[in-house]
Amino acid sequence: MADDFADAPPVVRLVGIRKAYNVGTPVEVEVLHGIDLVIKKGEFLALTGPSGSGKSTLLNIVGLLDRPTAGQLFITERETSQLNDTELTKLRGHSIGFVFQSHCLITAFTALENVMMPLLVESGFPNASMRERAAELLAQVELTRWKDNLVSNMSGGQQQRVAIARSLAMNPALILADEPTGNLDTKSADTVIEMMRRMNKENGTTFLIVTHSVSIAQRCDRIIEVVDGQITKASLA
Amino acid sequence: MNPWAPFEWITALRFLREGRMQTLFIITGVSIGVAVIVFMSALLSGLQANFIKRVLTSSAHIQLIPADEVARPLRHGPGMTVGAIVQRPAQRLRSIDQWQKVRAQLLTWPAITNVSPSVSAAALAVRGSASRSITMTGIDAEVYFRIVKLPDYIVAGLPRVTSDDIIVGLDLAKDLGVTVGDKLTVTSATGSSRLLTISGIFDLGNKGANMRSTYVALRTAQALSNLSGGVTSIELTVEDVYAAETIAQAVNVATGVRADSWIKTNAQFFTAVNAQQTSNTMIRLFVGLSVAFGIASVLVVSVIQRSSDIGILRAMGCSQGQILRIFLLQGGLLGFAGSLIGTAAGAGTLLYWHAAMRQADGSEIFPLILEPSLFVYAMVLAALTGVAAAAVPALRAAKLDPVVAIRG
Repeated sequence: MADDFADAPPVVRLVGIRKAYNVGTPVEVEVLHGIDLVIKKGEFLALTGPSGSGKSTLLNIVGLLDRPTAGQLFITERETSQLNDTELTKLRGHSIGFVFQSHCLITAFTALENVMMPLLVESGFPNASMRERAAELLAQVELTRWKDNLVSNMSGGQQQRVAIARSLAMNPALILADEPTGNLDTKSADTVIEMMRRMNKENGTTFLIVTHSVSIAQRCDRIIEVVDGQITKASLA
Repeated sequence: MNPWAPFEWITALRFLREGRMQTLFIITGVSIGVAVIVFMSALLSGLQANFIKRVLTSSAHIQLIPADEVARPLRHGPGMTVGAIVQRPAQRLRSIDQWQKVRAQLLTWPAITNVSPSVSAAALAVRGSASRSITMTGIDAEVYFRIVKLPDYIVAGLPRVTSDDIIVGLDLAKDLGVTVGDKLTVTSATGSSRLLTISGIFDLGNKGANMRSTYVALRTAQALSNLSGGVTSIELTVEDVYAAETIAQAVNVATGVRADSWIKTNAQFFTAVNAQQTSNTMIRLFVGLSVAFGIASVLVVSVIQRSSDIGILRAMGCSQGQILRIFLLQGGLLGFAGSLIGTAAGAGTLLYWHAAMRQADGSEIFPLILEPSLFVYAMVLAALTGVAAAAVPALRAAKLDPVVAIRG
């Protein structure tokens, strides 16, 4: 399946990425030891590995939420190490969507407003086209009926579907999902993964999913396994 | 979502709405603080205005009186020495030199609105076997009543002062058992006497003044005091009552006559006003600080509670500046909402108090002064205090590491 993406442009390119904490102190710890990885447009990847192996750290670096100690990170072929916080924030807002394990929706807003939020952050003022786009995305995750509900009144599975819709609002090149089904029952988890897969197929959006679930990993195009801060295996699912 | 409201406003309002109990409590706290400030400021203004009104409707803004007589020892005379103690001479009743010229000069000053010459002397009011010591003030009624609003205080008879008339205070009339139309013998310190008819009785609201003050025609007082053609004082009113002391000093320099302003003669009042203002400022400061700390503490808690929201907003591309503005706005909105309710509550309490608290005669204790500027000032100050109080929590929110924030 990886051959399907041989000619696709890279969305993410990591070259010798290292990450250490408490740098310069006696308790300095390096958690990523020179990661090299290329993720092509349209790929649906699983990032697996035992707890504490560095998966989340890697995901945060790819998501521009954290900076590597060394190495280069390219997002849509743009080198990011020289970007300041404002530029990183802008690039993150435009190019990357997030789906977190604990939903991370803003409970003060309705489902529709949560999906509108990235667009609102970007433009500053709400408008009708934002509302239409959000409604369209909620329809894709089959939550039209719930669009005006406060997210705190929705089930875990529904909330995660809202989070998926929100991650797609800016039509990003890459969506990072950190244990998106970790808090869901099997049926809801299945629905969420199905939806993510469908978005991947229909929109060509690249997904990088951190998961402990073998069954979810097996439904991906490629599995990247991280152990002790290094990629030990990059296999076809 | 309101299409006209920017992202930061929408988010700040939603955060406040979601934490409605916290919001309600802090707005209540701010309201109480603002109400105290509004109530105290308006009350103090009313009391001061009342006192000033009372002082200025029964006395002149500036009084010109002859300079004190001093003993001047002869110096450098052959065989003369200066005594170690020079006794101060007794101050006799004297006229202001060239007072007509001084009056004419002062009438040309634009800052001065009225000039009234008068004679003030001690005398004895006798009615049968009863007698009382009085202060007899000889006035030119037409001008004098523009300075001292005596007609407003007349409780019986008329404010009429012909050469045979006398206007007396309520308590003096009671003591002597007289009323309007009765006759009184007034004997001055020089021994001159005159039989005068009571044309009016006034009540200045002050027992001492009602016991001693009497008003007669200027010529009558001049005759009784052996001051033919002379006056013992010139009373002035000025356009700006608070500039009275400055004008008095200028008058003194220009005329050479001693000029005492109401500010100088009521120095104790101004000391009391200053003390009140200082204590009021301190109360405002501490109330303001408690409001600020209240808002800050609520927002500090809010930042902790909303750390995952802040993290996800940052992950979605929200800048540090936007996060900062969301929390600063919350502070400002809390302050503003509290000030709206607080000013209304403060004004309401003052209105109630003004209506409920009355003097024995049913008149108001103090005039109700509710200036719009006080409300505007209180609201702007409360909103700014809210923004300032939110600065630290807002900075903390803006600087949150998104990774740590998302983890909550």
